[in-house]
Amino acid sequence: MNYEAVIGLEVHIQLLTNTKMFCGCSTKFGMPPNTNVCPICLGMPGVLPVPNKKAIEFAIRLALATNCTISPVNQFARKNYFYPDLPKNYQISQYELPIAENGWLEIETKNGARKIGIVRIHMEEDAGKLIHDENKPLSYVDFNRAGVPLLEIVSQPDIRTPEEATSYLKTLRDIVVYLDICDGNMEEGSFRCDANISVRPIGQKELGVKTELKNINSFKNIQKALEFEIRRQTALLERGEEVIQETRLWDPAKGITVGMRTKEEAHDYRYFPDPDLVPIAIDKSWIEEIEKTLPELPGPKRKRFVQQYKLPEYDAEVLTSDKNLANFFEEVVSLFPKPKMVSNWIMSELLRKLNEEGCSISDSTISASNLAELLELIDDQTISGKIAKSVFEEMYETGKRASTIVEEKGLKQVTDADFLEKVVSEVIKENPKEVEKYLKGAEKVIGFFVGQVMKKTQGKANPRLVNELLRNKLKEIKNDSV
Amino acid sequence: MENKITIDQVRHIASLARLELANEEEKRIARQLASILEYVEKLNELDTSNVKPMHHAVERTNIFREDVLKQSLEREKVLANAPETDGVFFIVPRVL
Repeated sequence: MNYEAVIGLEVHIQLLTNTKMFCGCSTKFGMPPNTNVCPICLGMPGVLPVPNKKAIEFAIRLALATNCTISPVNQFARKNYFYPDLPKNYQISQYELPIAENGWLEIETKNGARKIGIVRIHMEEDAGKLIHDENKPLSYVDFNRAGVPLLEIVSQPDIRTPEEATSYLKTLRDIVVYLDICDGNMEEGSFRCDANISVRPIGQKELGVKTELKNINSFKNIQKALEFEIRRQTALLERGEEVIQETRLWDPAKGITVGMRTKEEAHDYRYFPDPDLVPIAIDKSWIEEIEKTLPELPGPKRKRFVQQYKLPEYDAEVLTSDKNLANFFEEVVSLFPKPKMVSNWIMSELLRKLNEEGCSISDSTISASNLAELLELIDDQTISGKIAKSVFEEMYETGKRASTIVEEKGLKQVTDADFLEKVVSEVIKENPKEVEKYLKGAEKVIGFFVGQVMKKTQGKANPRLVNELLRNKLKEIKNDSV
Repeated sequence: MENKITIDQVRHIASLARLELANEEEKRIARQLASILEYVEKLNELDTSNVKPMHHAVERTNIFREDVLKQSLEREKVLANAPETDGVFFIVPRVL
């Protein structure tokens, strides 16, 4: 029997606010433990949480970007459970009135674009961090993260394959990064994903029993964890056994999911409206104000790049994967309007260099106008494409302008035909054997001659001109010898 | 309205609240919870079909703070009430 998977994803994103959801403590990552905390995020008696307006605005931005309906009335609720990383013994979250519902995202799949539904987006606060002692039966609690604003984005169970799950996550991550509301860093935990997954025989309408996968902290792992879980559940069903509804942890070292101890009661969170927090009303004018500040999103930008600049789909995807990179590309093109050439140089040279150094485009030592100038120098044949690559290296190392480097090093392409003709004659005189081969019909030898000319001119000779001169010269010799 | 709350329900609620109750207490609390529920039940006698749902007892909305940093507490004070600490972390019995 053939089975299909039914997957829904719950993504938690940490918002890029300066301060926490309900107090003025810093959200900065990697600070000494328990230094970004105050009586409010520690849940001390008698304190009053007050919502961070920016966090609400970030939530509205995401709701708009994911085609959701925004709730005009929002209420925070208390989710009650005991765990050492939760200082108040409840998490402030949203339950009955989430900020946004009924949206969708368009993702790219092997079989074209697909819409994946979004059930809801709600606001909540993060918990602290636990570090478990390796030897002693102790856990260490750091509350710096407690109270950091989160958005939880719950997808419909519309996803059918691990590839689609990865595509959904990448699409969502690109959007939140474009919106400047989250840095999208899975390793540092600012973009986290849990997956609900079940399998069923193809054609069956009812859903199978699902498991929830946690602890997945990279795109590679989400793919592997889902693949493993599909194999595991399918094997159980084929043996006539049952899938148990449970939470399973992904173990990246072993490449398997492991069932966690489950207590049914643990899911009784006894939500109730938080009396410390008054409702949040979101009216049309507030939404419109935020809508005006939304940037062009990655999907539409990619389509525009293909249309406006006649770029291949692949180029457009690479260039729009990072908003700053897309801006850089457009800036270069505005100065040097040959988009495909710009794209080639960014993708093959600049991105290679940045990847080598582990940098992003905003760290680039080559400005858009400097790259445009370099391309201009290639285009008007001041320098050859080969020389341009070494100029590029030097630009990257020193931050100097292309024209300065060309001037300083005397790299201007030699297009002086009289001079080149002399060099060509020299080369031909020095290599009688190769000349003979050529005359006997070994056309390829022309490459050898070009190489020799380049060597003598330190690579500065105009290759097209050298080729032309060589062919003419060799033709002359051939005619003479007949 | 007798026996509205069973002993099992009391035990369930108690365990969710991490409370340990003696047998005597379970019985007494079952009675007390039942009478509280009975009292609140009275509200159902009112016809509320034309009343809009109330989200909060205070009739105000949109009380916010700007995203501006405030001084956090010194760690010494943060950890002052910790059950156990090494001066850096709160230390608790191992979970998981």
